[in-house]
Amino acid sequence: MSAFRFEPSSLPAETATLRQEIRAFLAEFSADWTASARAQSWDGFDPQFSRQMGARGWIGMTWPKRYGGSERSALERYVVLEEMLFAGAPVSFHWIADRQSGPLLLRFGSERQRCDILPRIARGELCFCIGLSEPDAGSDVANIRTRARQVDGGWRVTGSKLWTTNAHRAQYMIGLFRTAGDPSDRHAELSQFLVDLSRPGITVRPIRDLSGGEHFNEVVFEDALLPADALIGRAGEGWQQAMAELAYERSGPERFLSSIRALIELIRVLGPEASEEAAALIGRLTAQLVTLRNMSISVAGMLEAKRDPAIEAAVVKDLGGSFEQSLPEVIQAFAGLDLDAERGSDLQQVMAHLTLVVPSFSLRGGTREILRGIIARGLGLR
Amino acid sequence: MSETAAILAQMVDRLFTDHVDAALLAAAAQGRWPSELWRLAEEQGLTTVLVPEARGGMGASFHEVCVIASVCGRHRVPVPLPETMAAGWLLAGAGLDVPAGPLSLGGANRDDDLRLQRAGTQWRLSGSAHRVPWGRMAGSLVLAVEQADALLIVRAPREGCTVDHGSNVAGECRDTLRFTDHPVEVGPWPAGAAGNPVMMIGALMRSGQMAGALADILERSVSYANDRKQFGRAIGKQQVIQQYLAVLAAEAAAVDVAAEAAFIAADAGNAEFLVAAAKTRAGTAVAPAVGIVHQVHGAIGFTLEHPLHWSTRRLMSWRSEFGSDRHWAVVLGRRILDLGADGFWPYLTAV
Ligand SMILES: Cc1cc2nc3c(=O)[nH]c(=O)nc-3n(C[C@H](O)[C@H](O)[C@H](O)COP(=O)(O)OP(=O)(O)OC[C@H]3O[C@@H](n4cnc5c(N)ncnc54)[C@H](O)[C@@H]3O)c2cc1C
Repeated sequence: MSAFRFEPSSLPAETATLRQEIRAFLAEFSADWTASARAQSWDGFDPQFSRQMGARGWIGMTWPKRYGGSERSALERYVVLEEMLFAGAPVSFHWIADRQSGPLLLRFGSERQRCDILPRIARGELCFCIGLSEPDAGSDVANIRTRARQVDGGWRVTGSKLWTTNAHRAQYMIGLFRTAGDPSDRHAELSQFLVDLSRPGITVRPIRDLSGGEHFNEVVFEDALLPADALIGRAGEGWQQAMAELAYERSGPERFLSSIRALIELIRVLGPEASEEAAALIGRLTAQLVTLRNMSISVAGMLEAKRDPAIEAAVVKDLGGSFEQSLPEVIQAFAGLDLDAERGSDLQQVMAHLTLVVPSFSLRGGTREILRGIIARGLGLR
Repeated sequence: MSETAAILAQMVDRLFTDHVDAALLAAAAQGRWPSELWRLAEEQGLTTVLVPEARGGMGASFHEVCVIASVCGRHRVPVPLPETMAAGWLLAGAGLDVPAGPLSLGGANRDDDLRLQRAGTQWRLSGSAHRVPWGRMAGSLVLAVEQADALLIVRAPREGCTVDHGSNVAGECRDTLRFTDHPVEVGPWPAGAAGNPVMMIGALMRSGQMAGALADILERSVSYANDRKQFGRAIGKQQVIQQYLAVLAAEAAAVDVAAEAAFIAADAGNAEFLVAAAKTRAGTAVAPAVGIVHQVHGAIGFTLEHPLHWSTRRLMSWRSEFGSDRHWAVVLGRRILDLGADGFWPYLTAV
């Protein structure tokens, strides 16, 4: 069966030096990070930290130097990502820009957009959000209704985006809007825009999630005027452009390391004298973790080789999401912890947070069912 | 895939496609030895691929041999080719000659009680090796015995030992071999390597075979789902069936990646951690994968007539051979717990 294949890839020896630099940097900055702060994983938000990373060339690493990048490989970037995630560094400010928005502009943006935006992302100065979902367009993104109408001097946007992570603190959104036709036109007539969120007519309302966190938002556009050059790539090709970057979004180490803090704290609590039952549990989790890491590195290698591992990426996100979602449950079944977020031990606090947020791990970035549909198509079943 | 690996893949795939069919599998399950298949495998040099060229083998790397193990699993090959490749590598590594004919591995069962004694210049073996793969057909049994802090590789000819026939739930021969003051050849295993090398290489081979068996049941299930019609359309058009098969494909991919990583690590000589991870990961995949393919196949897949069970029963059996996933999970977990919360990540990113 050759529907997909994970070519083995390994991190080149040079990455060892980079890894040491990152660990030294983290040792310096992480002194006062609590376990529960680290458990926020890539939801942890700290613009100052992002600037520090930018100063070291760790954002937009693979981009051309003329756009502020460092022209390093996808595998070197992989090392930065996994070290940050393992440490629980607060990377949310630049995460989406580094992962998706920057690469999108690099590929489809105008020269002016690239020169204006990319160096600022790379310096850790810009936070981006993704405006795909809407009230009536979740899994079925093609059903979006938000419209951009071409007018004298630009585009007028009306409608609303929903669940937009970081919109309340981002300077820009990459938005997918309908530029002609209506929802019955499905994937046709959609276009992508670089939206400066400070423009008049755009209102951002945070929505609290069930853990009390404020991460996602509703973004309402009331005849907001965007300049003509806000269009990214070509009008009507927004769908193809948006899909082109999904392998980047779906295969990274954030797709299986989001709840790693629970495993770390469990290992700390168990110690070397733990029971055989405990060792077996840690061993099973490690076997999954190590395998997912190799799969994710394999996809990074394929991206570096300019291949299109779209299905492999869906496999990583499906398996990885199941793993990071199951971690707190597996630990809870074993340890029977009281979930005390305020006065509990480090493990209890971490578990309290993760238990609340893991339901979202199989929703964000494409639901489990949608991913499995993509894999099934790769198998020739659809 | 390297050029050698690609050539090997093509070679074994052709050999097994031509020579392993349902009739051969059924005969083998009755204890019949497929001598023609074995002769061809030997003739093509497959049995000694891991033996250095200087000792008459092909001198291939483990990474190149990964595909052979996997293709053996995919075709449900009813001969101890993985065992023989492994035994040849162990013998050569201990400076011993590699005899022709099928070989097997021993000392990998928890009930084994094998003792080595020296009488003058001659070493003698006593005790039992349980559930030895194809033990009744193997010319020799290769095992590792710890003796005064040194690890010794032992070649025990089958001739002269007592053999009790047995089988695993897939109908593959798993025999008990009893030795009494049995003359054996012994060679030293290089110091420093972690763990019992027989267990390790046996688990490595099984991981590769399990990856192959999962590829087989995935392929069968996808094509069955596209062919079988109910309610006027192929069952593969039902979303729930598609979702099951996507889960299966992801499991199969994970085991494939885990096994290949272990074979690569074996070439670097630091295999234990990744072999433990591979065998654990493979074992974990068995229940969901087998459950899915039998669900998708319906009643026909539950018959002895249908070829599906040749793979699913092997997966059920192989799961606990050369250390179950439970066994290897404990090995892995102990290592991680020893490294501790601050030590395991640096280790994991360096292996
Ligand atoms: C924490 C979080 C952050 C997010 N951040 C962003 C963001 O930054 N930008 C953005 O645009 N969106 C964001 N989203 C939205 C996310 O992309 C959507 O939640 C997701 O695409 C699913 O859409 P929905 O929530 O409307 O669920 P629905 O699409 O209504 O789905 C509900 C259920 O039905 C299932 N379902 C739907 N269609 C099918 C089908 N065809 N077959 C089988 N099952 C189906 C789904 O799998 C799911 O289980 C975020 C979501 C979360 C939870």
